Amino acid sequence: MTMRSESMPMTLSRLARSLAAAAVLAVTLGGAGAAHAAEAGPKPPMQSWSFWGPLGKFDPGQLQRGFKVYREVCSSCHSLSLVSFRNLMQPGGPQFSEGQVRTIAEEYKVQDGPNDSGDMFERSARLSDAFPKSFPNEQAARAANGGAYPPDFSLLAKARTYERGFPWFLWDIFTQYQEQGPDYIHALLVGYEAPPEGVKPSSPGLHYNKYFPGHWIAMAQPIQDGQVEYTDGTPTTIDQYGKDLAAFLMWTAEPHLAARKGTGLVVMIFLAIFLGLLVYVKKKVWSAAKPVHA
Amino acid sequence: MQGHSTYQPKGGVAKWLEDRLPIVGLVHSSAVAYPVPRNLNYFWTFGGILTFMLVAQILTGVVLAMHYTPEATKAFASVEKIMRDVNYGWLLRYLHANGASMFFIAVYLHIFRGMYYGSYKAPREILWILGVLIFLLMMATAFMGYVLPWGQMSFWGATVITNLFSALPGVGEAIVTWLWGGFAVDNPTLNRFFALHYLLPFIIAGVVGLHIWALHHVGQNNPTGVEVKDFRKDTLPFTPYATLKDAVALVAFLLFFSYFVFYVPNYLGHADNYIEANPLVTPSHIVPEWYFLPFYAILRAIPSKLGGVIAMFGAIAVLFVLPWLDTSKVRSGNYRPMFRIFFGLFVANAILLGWLGSKPAEQPYVAVAQAATVYYFGYFLVILPLLGWYEKTKPLPNSIAESVLGGHGTPAGAVAAPERRG
Amino acid sequence: MRLARWDGGAKALQPGAAWMREETDLLAATHDAQDPNRRDFLFLATGAAAAVGGGFLAWPFVAQMNPDASALALATTEADISQIAEGQVITVKWRGKPVFIWNRSKQQIDEANAVELSQLPDRLARNQNLPDDAPATDANRAAKDKENWLVVVGVCTHLGCVPISQQGNFGGWFCPCHGSHYDGAGRIRQGPAPENLHVPPFAFMGDTKITIG
Repeated sequence: MTMRSESMPMTLSRLARSLAAAAVLAVTLGGAGAAHAAEAGPKPPMQSWSFWGPLGKFDPGQLQRGFKVYREVCSSCHSLSLVSFRNLMQPGGPQFSEGQVRTIAEEYKVQDGPNDSGDMFERSARLSDAFPKSFPNEQAARAANGGAYPPDFSLLAKARTYERGFPWFLWDIFTQYQEQGPDYIHALLVGYEAPPEGVKPSSPGLHYNKYFPGHWIAMAQPIQDGQVEYTDGTPTTIDQYGKDLAAFLMWTAEPHLAARKGTGLVVMIFLAIFLGLLVYVKKKVWSAAKPVHA
Repeated sequence: MQGHSTYQPKGGVAKWLEDRLPIVGLVHSSAVAYPVPRNLNYFWTFGGILTFMLVAQILTGVVLAMHYTPEATKAFASVEKIMRDVNYGWLLRYLHANGASMFFIAVYLHIFRGMYYGSYKAPREILWILGVLIFLLMMATAFMGYVLPWGQMSFWGATVITNLFSALPGVGEAIVTWLWGGFAVDNPTLNRFFALHYLLPFIIAGVVGLHIWALHHVGQNNPTGVEVKDFRKDTLPFTPYATLKDAVALVAFLLFFSYFVFYVPNYLGHADNYIEANPLVTPSHIVPEWYFLPFYAILRAIPSKLGGVIAMFGAIAVLFVLPWLDTSKVRSGNYRPMFRIFFGLFVANAILLGWLGSKPAEQPYVAVAQAATVYYFGYFLVILPLLGWYEKTKPLPNSIAESVLGGHGTPAGAVAAPERRG
Repeated sequence: MRLARWDGGAKALQPGAAWMREETDLLAATHDAQDPNRRDFLFLATGAAAAVGGGFLAWPFVAQMNPDASALALATTEADISQIAEGQVITVKWRGKPVFIWNRSKQQIDEANAVELSQLPDRLARNQNLPDDAPATDANRAAKDKENWLVVVGVCTHLGCVPISQQGNFGGWFCPCHGSHYDGAGRIRQGPAPENLHVPPFAFMGDTKITIG
């Protein structure tokens, strides 16, 4: 004699069949959507990232290299306004030593004040300061960059993505693919090439990039092979620079990623055990109830 | 609630309190002795899950408000400060943001359960209407909450949704200006949305109180739709039976919730909301949060501004009158073979509408959305009223106990003779 | 269709209703019939897991109220002392609180040195640059090797008001809220305050700058 209502499995199978029908319909339409997306350009190739997946965490060496690329190449135009120097030494990040971070901070000038005579003044940055902006305001940034605004880098890796399409967007839940941003940033850096025959930009001063939406980007190719020196023997290629920079930007966008995934593992294991115990207790109590009315 | 408490205060203090404020007795009668049909399946656990989620959202929301700044130039940075500097701020914010989605997943399952098992039918109409009201309040709360981080999607979502009211003839523009407190979504809008986002959950809690009161007055529906006849045979006391079953479901739900919070916390969000609001640039592809997508698809399916707005609000309004649209005498979909087909299609159609809502407003999506909108309204306004007349339903069990025992009726005398051992 | 009203079941819920007794009896019977230890243990473990889980869940809600990382990082303030004349006190802000920097005159130092430890309500230096048990001599209160400089947190140790400089019966500070008097070394001499004004961690950067924190 069973407790469950006999018709429940039937209900569920009916629902399942309906959902399957919906899925088939969606696949058909998804095909149309994919065709549409293909016109926008190729999808950024997926890279292998140390911070992917349930056990993912940042590789401090890679973040330090990425920071070097940022500092030497990108920082003249792109700000990092939500990141403070002290962040460079926090756990789960690039893990520079305090001395190294102090040295780095010393090289930046920040505005402070007013002093006792009421004037603003410049001083070298301290650990508690945020990275100073590359331009005083958006207008100045646009004026210096031919009308284009170099975006702030703090959240770039979470603010950039690309259309995954059906059914991939569902698989992404299970594969935990959350690295669209870094993949796109890497792809953008390696995606500069000569435009196809006869394709002209809508306005002068734009550059052709395979992965940029619409292909014409205001930023000229920012980095060349061998431009940034690595001391740890890592190859100095655009491809590697792109990966290191993208990893660094993922860290600036999600500095507590390692803590999040680490905590998550403990929480998931705890909840699974707790669930098992509860199922056992529930079954025992319910089994005791059954015969009363049988 | 019913006031049939079996609680007997033991001891002087308990009796003293009970004579003055019978709160322990109230808790006992509604959470311990309250009789639940013994055949409830796991779809009946979402009420408890939703109560938990409401409390969880209020708790995480209150602590987030301790660090958030509702000011247009500082809101975005203050959210990032929560994510970066506040102790466990990243956890609290991801819990709150994903919690909103989990809340809606649970509420949609709760609503579909009610629709399938006919839980809206007499005498549960008020119970159902209160539920629709809670759903509406949830939508308003979620919408205003999504504005607070002041990202691009916040700003443009707020702009688009408030502009819905501009479709009203004559007074539309004035209403929109009034909602904004200016001539565009700006700091005054953010401020009032924050105040209301903080207020509405407590109003929801109040309506939830009424919802539970109504539920405990009429009693729970059950998978057979047959009312409780004999409390001894048909029901079990809420504690420990329903409590434990709800706990199992809740922890399973938390496992699902945690997966999103810890492993794919931004999956249900939108990348553009990590760009600070810019009133001069609209993102290329505006989409609301996933839980609004079906209604958004209905809005866009109608090629007229006012018509789209009416259709969208109508899609929710029709739920209020559902108890009177369904003419069938039989409650549960388990005994309604034709209804089950149309209901399955309705669920699939709702999911399809959701997917269409995320697609750009171009062909073939618009045409499909129009067909889906027709089915959505057709289900309520044509199919349900007619089914009651034309459908041949299956025979109902005589009682809940009989359905549990697989159709073998039990002689009354056998009840008192359980298989005892030892 | 006639609906069975829920109230009809009220009788079944009367105290000691037969079916409830049966349930209880049956639970007891099942309990006896099975291995009692294992079952008790798993029931207890479930309850314990719920308690532990709840406890851990509560912690982030408590911890979020503590100073955040940016507040902790703002622990240093630099002050320029080159413009402070003899006898003058300046106030700088450190961690959101006032810090007094006093360039004391010879007379003020001598007066402070003349006080016996036995006259002090609080005989501890309360100087974060020194061990906790250092006595409250003037040398232990003032800056090391630069005894004209006295640096104290400008918060009365009674209930947190800001005392007024160079007032009160002992020439140091006077707290207007509840009448605490501090002497020329910032030591409590009279009134309800229990401790000397605290000396924050600080260091000289050359002769013209002090870093507090």
